[in-house]
Amino acid sequence: MKVSESFSTVDPNIQFILSADSEHCDILNDLFERYQNLIRSHFKSLVYSYSKKYGDPSGHVDTVEVTVKNCEVVPSQSMNESYSLDIEEGSNFVKLNAEAEWGVIRGLESFAQMIHPINYAPSVNTTTITDFPRFQFRGFLIDTSRHYLPISAIKAHISALSWNKFNVLHWHIVDLESFPYESEIKDIIEYARQRGIRVVPEFDTPGHTSSWGPGAGPNFLTRCYDQDGNPDGTLGPINPIYAENYLLMKRLLTEVAQVFEDAYLHLGGDEVPFGCWKSNPDITEYMAANNMTTYPQLEQQWVQGMVEIAESLKKHYVVWEEVFVNGVKINNNTVVEQMLVDLEEPRQLNTTMEAVTKSGHKALLASPWYLNYISYGVDWQKYYVEEPTAFNGTEEQKKLVMGGSTAMWGEYVDGTNLLQRTWPRASAVAERLWSAKEVRSTQTALPRLNEWRCRMLVRGLPAEPAIANINLMPEYGYCPTPYDHTNDYSGHF
Amino acid sequence: MKFLSAFFLGNALTNAADRFLPPWQYDGTVWPLPQSMAVTQEFQILDANIQFVLTPESPQCDIIPDIFQRYQDLIRSHFKIASSSSKKLKFSASSAAGIIDTIEVKIINCENYPSQNMNESYTLQVGSPTPEKVELTASAEWGVIHGLESFTQMIHNIDYRPSVNSTMITDWPRFPFRGFLIDTSRHYLPISVIKAQITALSWNKMNILHWHIVDLQSFPYESQVLPELSFLGSYTPLHVYTIHEIKDIIEFARLRGVRVVPEFDTPGHTDAWGPGGGPKFLTPCYRNGEPDGSHGPINPIYQENYDLMRKLFTEVNEVFRDSYLHLGGDEVPFGCWKSNPDITAYMAKNNLTTYAQLEQVWVQGMVDIAHDLKKNYVVWEEVFVNGVKISNETVVEVWKGRSGTWKDTMNAVTKSGHKAILASPWYLNIISYGVDWEGYYVIEPTDFNGTAEQNKLVMGGSAAMWGEFVDGTNILQRIWPRASAVAERLWSDKSVNQPGPARWRLNEWRCKMLARGLPAQPAIQNPNVNPNFGYCPYPFDPFNNAHYLF
Repeated sequence: MKVSESFSTVDPNIQFILSADSEHCDILNDLFERYQNLIRSHFKSLVYSYSKKYGDPSGHVDTVEVTVKNCEVVPSQSMNESYSLDIEEGSNFVKLNAEAEWGVIRGLESFAQMIHPINYAPSVNTTTITDFPRFQFRGFLIDTSRHYLPISAIKAHISALSWNKFNVLHWHIVDLESFPYESEIKDIIEYARQRGIRVVPEFDTPGHTSSWGPGAGPNFLTRCYDQDGNPDGTLGPINPIYAENYLLMKRLLTEVAQVFEDAYLHLGGDEVPFGCWKSNPDITEYMAANNMTTYPQLEQQWVQGMVEIAESLKKHYVVWEEVFVNGVKINNNTVVEQMLVDLEEPRQLNTTMEAVTKSGHKALLASPWYLNYISYGVDWQKYYVEEPTAFNGTEEQKKLVMGGSTAMWGEYVDGTNLLQRTWPRASAVAERLWSAKEVRSTQTALPRLNEWRCRMLVRGLPAEPAIANINLMPEYGYCPTPYDHTNDYSGHF
Repeated sequence: MKFLSAFFLGNALTNAADRFLPPWQYDGTVWPLPQSMAVTQEFQILDANIQFVLTPESPQCDIIPDIFQRYQDLIRSHFKIASSSSKKLKFSASSAAGIIDTIEVKIINCENYPSQNMNESYTLQVGSPTPEKVELTASAEWGVIHGLESFTQMIHNIDYRPSVNSTMITDWPRFPFRGFLIDTSRHYLPISVIKAQITALSWNKMNILHWHIVDLQSFPYESQVLPELSFLGSYTPLHVYTIHEIKDIIEFARLRGVRVVPEFDTPGHTDAWGPGGGPKFLTPCYRNGEPDGSHGPINPIYQENYDLMRKLFTEVNEVFRDSYLHLGGDEVPFGCWKSNPDITAYMAKNNLTTYAQLEQVWVQGMVDIAHDLKKNYVVWEEVFVNGVKISNETVVEVWKGRSGTWKDTMNAVTKSGHKAILASPWYLNIISYGVDWEGYYVIEPTDFNGTAEQNKLVMGGSAAMWGEFVDGTNILQRIWPRASAVAERLWSDKSVNQPGPARWRLNEWRCKMLARGLPAQPAIQNPNVNPNFGYCPYPFDPFNNAHYLF
């Protein structure tokens, strides 16, 4: 990004046009309208911003000319998000070139953020940008199982992901009672597609499934036994010894595969407790009959079944790290998501990343970015300085790091506070995963993040104040335009 | 068709039906718990067009029509959500004792303005003498608010119909001072949020908004007599409260039985006053005998600074009608005063030997102004602890010693014959991961080594949401339902202090606040331990303001 001192004013009725040699992709009309609205919202707030005063504008920008080489239509693991943006001195044209429609989204977002007031007039500096993501997988986990999230909040969150150039919504959707309607899911996926966001659903098995029990039949969950060998009335993980349970999963995942068109499916596999399996005499008998000596072998059998289902559905898959760590045999194209944050049994995250990539698997980093763990004060810096490739490994291993995933697990969040707790803290992760490795100074990032938070407020996202302790730095105590939940922000998302 | 339903239902249908009903139910609990409440199994159904009438002998207090309108709206909202939070078919609606169509309200006396002596007591009778009529008797209009609030919370659904059990309530607050501090200096709060907060305070039977309106970060109070204070001291011209807006907020609070006590904190925490306060207002700090360009607390050696405060407080006295003013007085750093040669000379000339004495000179000035304006006042504990001589009617707010040493301060303050309010354990701005309301709930303000006489000087307490990390985006979420724990501590009987029984009630109350449109966050219980706490029957939608009932 090269920015010069010269600048042009921006026309409030700025037009977006496709150049003659551009492809016309289906999401572009909506996209142009959205960014027209967003840019206008910035205009309103700019009146109150501090205004830099220097010189006269070199021109007046009234048109963004977009050239797209190729329409990909559906965002995917190999989606091309690169773009270049050129604001020439004196020209009324901004040129935005993108390999695919996703680059248009990213480029218009950058352009919208660049508008700032000079002499109280919305302006952009003469700028050249060449931009592309550092990591291909920039995910964010929402959890609609522990608390239900209203569709309006999920959509606002997807918009915010797009503004921050994330590209994956990892939807931890498992709980039966919180399954929304199929048409609503499809609506959300389409909403995400228009914003360049993939939706990867997670159906976590064989643990974390207690809520599946009531709906899935009497043999679905493992009956736990007490010390005297009697069923104690409680239920454990899915019972992996019954073929009907695999069939049930096949029916479920077949339907899931149709609804969620992304090539990836998250199969979960975290925190499988072995105690209940150990207590169950049918399982003991089954293991003996099948020459299994360890419970990870039993887990492997289940996961193997899931993997085969996924493959039969032509889906790639992501699993939580335990599936790998416990020695379950997984295919090479499996993506392993690092997650362990057990403070009582600390395991170096770089050890997991090292081991996963050494074995030739693709890896995602997640545990440093569990934003659900809140504390008093400012914490974005620690998310910002994490480096996913900071482990002992070869160049080849580092290439297997596909990126990372941020998480807002749902124990203490629902529609009341999801967006507030997530933003702007997740923006720190967004920059880590998109920008160059060297971009890691929290000091330089601080005023930029503050400006970005204020912009998100103007757009109607209730991003909370979490940038700096304002007893030490009172200048971070406000945004030019305060957020008011009674304002009408519709049209901005 | 529900996603996956074709595949999951079938033999599981009965189970599923059970699962989709709330495993806990609205019982019609009241939060905070009334002093005396007798509930029977008998219940009556609510008429959707329930009428509110004043008895002929009741005086016509001016806020009554507004109260009736508000609670009519709130009660109607229950009819909308009746199907999603219904009790299981334990009773049949036909077994109802009757249909409630009237709430008859009797008031003894209109007080018009909420005050330190406001009478908030009420009695509520449902089911007798006749099932059709609810009788609410209140000493003053504030009891009407509280009584209608209790009644509205008692509504629960039986056979999908809003119903209320036959009940006798006699209720009054344990403490007269049940406050909540908001801080509009560190971050500006939109007026809509302040009003929502006042409404929520009223629902929780809290009666004071302690408005920490200015501080070192910004000065958003737009004075008409000293406009330069906010002109130069606010963040931007958008980040101010005009006198007109403040009066509107105070009236909004009065209609809800909430007092607004403003705090103009001096002589420390005043950096934002500097630009508009004039060249002599803040103390220039010195280093190596030269001014170093920085400024400290208000300079107490110049008469013009007292004159400025008198001018300001004279206006404040007219704007804020409450008889109390919070004079602040916390965290006065002495370093800058010590460095300043003019102050040293002044102290020598006036035989002042300690900086606490100098602080006393200033505070005495503020107290004298308040006295002349016929205002009572609250001060932060340092004013007392530093040995500043304060009059006996001063209320001392104890805010230090979160870990427990607040007890010593409460003891010392009340021993000296001053009234005390407790704030230390209830700084809700200090957040952590997980559930923390129990910690606030079990605090007992009289739990210090004092005599019965001393305990009587405990006027109550104040919870606080300081503004370092909150603004309009997140303040309501962070406050509620955590502040409800403090609300019950300050209203209900001392013996009501067990988090175990409170948990289900608080969960129900949080869900009701959600249904009313308050974004109270989930903070009752870890749903991994008990998934029943993972949802409310009526989820809150941040982008659907249509059902907001503020």
